[in-house]
Amino acid sequence: MAEFNLPKNSVIGEGTTYKAPAGAKRVKAFKVYRWNPDDGKNPVMDTYEIDLDKCGPMVLDAIVKIKNEVDSTLTFRRSCREGICGSCAMNIDGANTLACLKPIEEVKGDVTIHPLPHMPVVKDLVPDLSQPYAQYRSIEPWLQAETAPPPDAERLQSKEERAELDGLWECILCFCCSTSCPSYWWNGDRYLGPAVLMAAYRWIADSRDEATGKRLDALEDPFKLYRCHTIMNCTQTCPKGLNPAKAIGKVKQMMLERQG
Amino acid sequence: MSSNPNPSVHIRRSPLGRAKGLGAAKTGSAHWWAERVSAVALIPLTLYVVFSVVALGHADAAGIAAYMALPWNAVLFIAFAVTLYHHIGLGLTVVIEDYVRPDAQRLALTFIVKAGVILLGLLSVVSILKLAL
Repeated sequence: MAEFNLPKNSVIGEGTTYKAPAGAKRVKAFKVYRWNPDDGKNPVMDTYEIDLDKCGPMVLDAIVKIKNEVDSTLTFRRSCREGICGSCAMNIDGANTLACLKPIEEVKGDVTIHPLPHMPVVKDLVPDLSQPYAQYRSIEPWLQAETAPPPDAERLQSKEERAELDGLWECILCFCCSTSCPSYWWNGDRYLGPAVLMAAYRWIADSRDEATGKRLDALEDPFKLYRCHTIMNCTQTCPKGLNPAKAIGKVKQMMLERQG
Repeated sequence: MSSNPNPSVHIRRSPLGRAKGLGAAKTGSAHWWAERVSAVALIPLTLYVVFSVVALGHADAAGIAAYMALPWNAVLFIAFAVTLYHHIGLGLTVVIEDYVRPDAQRLALTFIVKAGVILLGLLSVVSILKLAL
């Protein structure tokens, strides 16, 4: 059955509070999920009080400051700090987003930070994304064509054909959408999830690709595709403003088109 | 620093192997489409049935039998019953697929739902025909 309660060893407790330095005027509390695989303890929420006058504007700035100045054991992924690498995807203030694109100002009250929901946790804010990465690999995300490319040129697309890929190619595979999807929570081992399905549609919609039928065949499955119930959490949470639900809808439409 | 004293790795299969799983079942879109078509068909059919029941509110048994004896009434009532139970069967199957594990339990429940809607559907159809004929 689907899991509606946390297992005993996942129940979250109270952690340590790190007070703001004396004299801080604009103090904001960051409540951060902490779990260490090596100490055998349950996860806790640590509270870090940060002086916003001495911190950058984004949530990522705050957690980098925490790691540098308050608690170097805090573990998280980050790289580009400008919303293109997808590393710092996490659940901030109850919604999945990129810490580097989320202004601290947008959060009313304390800033709660959890790892991406319903993924195995490696440590603190680092989720194990092996499953969605493998699912991405399984849809064969590369151009497949029997027609040889022109000997001295690229494969050409018209402007209209290229426009079909807008809103799809921008995906950075941060998996904010997939991990916000209840269907992916309950059936992630079989359902491919919005990020991977949108990637699949990105190749189905590509005018240069000649494996469209094979790609649709691979999705024709009650679990791989049809666990999508148009809940729309994916579209609502996407930090890049993309619409995976629409891409999945297009795939379902094409499944019908080819039947008659 | 004591890590898990009894590490139990039962899965050595690669993540890609698990992601591919048993491959695509090559079904799903017919189910999905039938669910939507039956949902839309049920809008006018339900309105018709509600309208009929309200119209027959004070009729006696003979009056209801006379109403059902008109072919179109019987046909629309049967269409309503068949579409409704078909839709219930499709919808409950999706709910079961969403929430019920393991596979054996899921298949058993799906079977019970299918058998249930077929029997209830047949019961409705036969009842309508008894009134109509």
